[in-house]
Amino acid sequence: MIAFHEWLQLTDAGLYCAPGDFHIDPSRPVARAVITHGHSDHARPGHGAVLATPETISIMKVRLGEDSADQFQALDYGVALQHGDVTIRLHPAGHILGSAQVELNFRGQRAVISGDYKRSSDPTCKGFELVPCDLFVTEATFGLPVFRHGRDMEEIGRLLDSQRTFPDRAHLVGCYALGKCQRLIALLRQAGYDRPIYLHGALKSMTDLFLALGQNFGELALVSEAGRGLAGEIVLCPPSALKDRWSRRLADPVTAFASGWMRVRGRARQRGVELPLVISDHADWPQLIDTIAETGAEEIWVTHGREDALVYQLTRMGKRARALALLGREDEED
Amino acid sequence: MKAFATLLDRLVYSPSRNTKLQLLQDYFRNTPDPDRGWALAALTDGLPFSFPVRRTIMELMEQRLDAELFRLSRDYVGDTAETVALVWPDPAEPQEPPRLSEVISKLGLIDTQELGDTIAAWLDCLDVNGRWALLKLLTGALRVGVSARLAKTAVAAMAGHSVDEVEEVWHALTPPYTPLFDWLEGRGEKPEIAGAPVFRPLMLAHPLEDGELAELDVAEFSAEWKWDGIRVQIAASGQEARLYSRTGDEIGASFPELISAFRFDAVVDGELLIVREGKVAPFNDLQQRLNRKTVTRAMMERYPAHVRLYDALIINGEDLRALPFVERRARLEQWHAAVRPPRTDLSELIEVRDREELMRIWRETRGAGIEGLMLKRRSSPYLAGRPRGHWYKWKRAPITLDCVLMYAQRGSGRRSSYYSDYTFGAWRQKPDGTMELVPVGKAYSGYTDAELIRLDRWIRNNTVERYGPVRAVRPALVLEVAFDAVQQSTRHRSGIAMRFPRIHRIRWDKPAEEAERLETLIQLIEN
Repeated sequence: MIAFHEWLQLTDAGLYCAPGDFHIDPSRPVARAVITHGHSDHARPGHGAVLATPETISIMKVRLGEDSADQFQALDYGVALQHGDVTIRLHPAGHILGSAQVELNFRGQRAVISGDYKRSSDPTCKGFELVPCDLFVTEATFGLPVFRHGRDMEEIGRLLDSQRTFPDRAHLVGCYALGKCQRLIALLRQAGYDRPIYLHGALKSMTDLFLALGQNFGELALVSEAGRGLAGEIVLCPPSALKDRWSRRLADPVTAFASGWMRVRGRARQRGVELPLVISDHADWPQLIDTIAETGAEEIWVTHGREDALVYQLTRMGKRARALALLGREDEED
Repeated sequence: MKAFATLLDRLVYSPSRNTKLQLLQDYFRNTPDPDRGWALAALTDGLPFSFPVRRTIMELMEQRLDAELFRLSRDYVGDTAETVALVWPDPAEPQEPPRLSEVISKLGLIDTQELGDTIAAWLDCLDVNGRWALLKLLTGALRVGVSARLAKTAVAAMAGHSVDEVEEVWHALTPPYTPLFDWLEGRGEKPEIAGAPVFRPLMLAHPLEDGELAELDVAEFSAEWKWDGIRVQIAASGQEARLYSRTGDEIGASFPELISAFRFDAVVDGELLIVREGKVAPFNDLQQRLNRKTVTRAMMERYPAHVRLYDALIINGEDLRALPFVERRARLEQWHAAVRPPRTDLSELIEVRDREELMRIWRETRGAGIEGLMLKRRSSPYLAGRPRGHWYKWKRAPITLDCVLMYAQRGSGRRSSYYSDYTFGAWRQKPDGTMELVPVGKAYSGYTDAELIRLDRWIRNNTVERYGPVRAVRPALVLEVAFDAVQQSTRHRSGIAMRFPRIHRIRWDKPAEEAERLETLIQLIEN
């Protein structure tokens, strides 16, 4: 039997499927790329041909430009695509809208490259689908036992409590423009919050795309068109705007940040956040361990994050595990 | 415990002093005795724990999480108590958490045999925030951005008193401070302190910023040398003497020869130094004497302690603090000449005619091996705290040198999870003629948040080896380091140690080969 590393290799650009001659989430332009999801450290411009879910392609076109790749090919979840000797399927990863795990079958071996994933439910994307496999390539963004994300609705409850406690202050919630922002809006609506939700301009184009793809978000308004103050209102902005001069237009804002990183106090303090909300789009430690065990894979490759602890734990569990140390992946945004 | 945990949690995330004061006042107002008194003790480092909680907690942890996974988690989080709180198993169902006073009173009587089970049972009843607060309390290091003084300010302010009134009575009180709250809330008399040698809050100096000198009228100031020791207050009642640090901690136990020598009745302010035959020894010598529980005769002979006095707060029961500095100084001189307390002398006043002369003296401090100058307004009363416009410390200009980043370590607190502690080196020629880097110092300040993120990324991308939390990096990044002095050191491979090093600039552009040589640093050694 062929060894995995003979057909799934590591190049300067990242993970490379040799018999199919394509990369998965390459860090620099390549001829052929399979893209797991639209976040910028996974989906980059300049590839020749891109294969991804229809939603991911829409996201790439909005974020990176219509012509950010020479050619886009859409592949729906669950549909098999024969490419030379390799059979490719995409499966929901539960991370953000359009996010996919890439299943590759070659000479009787099945590898699944998870991209980023989570097991918790998310009203803005399809839930993670478990694919049994021989080799599982996993992320490890929150690969330490300290990361146990609680229930997202409890965190939304804390935001709404704070809004009641400080009715004269705006509540400014930092969140990433793709995925987290739309999930927060959907969660607030689920919690029965029916006031308008105010958005920083940088969050508009992605949110519009979600609306065009069928999400219902209730009343949204742009901060730039709402005038100053917004005391008592909830305002969403990209993390970089939390401490920006932009935020000075708001009434003595309570700064919040929705991210799995907020579980660790030092991280929240680095951000200068007053109200840390632990809401994550990545698997936490128990989810990583459980998912890897459930795939039944005997060999595990860990792409990026806190790989030391995860590799250590998987080895204890009797798996063959190695860290890939991919270049070009900073601490995953969440 | 719940209210206390919530208080600590909110304090940690509230940068504004006013918000902190508000949170503290709300807590002290709405929390019953004795819980709030114990909370005040915790916030002012006054809890009387003396058993090895850390080891007990680690033993409990080992039964619940693999030691290597814990170590990796601890490295990342940068704080043991927080790590334990995060990884401890959550209760299956919500439990009733213990009261703060229950925790304290149980701990006060506890048999060390039961300690582990008791702590485990408490942790099992608490949520992640409660666990964190309990562990912070047990390990005696809250670090929630509240100084003892701020906590006392909040307590005083809830009854419209000034913090100085609370400071005055503070050392006559013990936790849980019920008489203090009785007084503040009008149910009791002000606690009595007469006759006891208690700590009086010190007057502190501001650093003299660039350009500030131009705005000062030099004629209104007295100048003194800035001594390189530690600031102390001697409070003595005739029978009993106490030695307090700047923050009001009693440090007399480490300096029995001083405590037994001071038989006067006065509260005076000065610098604790090691002085041999009239000559001040390097700070390193004083460090040998600090924080020692027992002191041998040999230690006292080898490192003779001395206090160089510069101010008097109270002499023979007379409170001098309202007098101008020049008058207090005159009283100090008279008293010192009359009493002649052993192991003391007076900090000399420097004659300065004008700004030019002052500048010249300041520039000469480095050559003279002196840390800098103190400027004190001649008319200033002795004011507690760090009042603006009265006292200035004017450190000699730092030296800057280009060094090469060698190792990086993750920080703690606000910098946890970032590589923020940097060990840097200078070049030395090996016997075979090639060059090698030897570490010459370590710094963890001086850079901006944006630079920290860029440094962290550079370190991750240029790591050549890892040793636990430490990464060795490619010798390719030049750091311009500012420092106060170079001293001889037997503890470092390079044979030298820097004082107060900090990152002055990051020289992204400069080739590492052009960084400084070790010889240059050796030539800078003082003494």
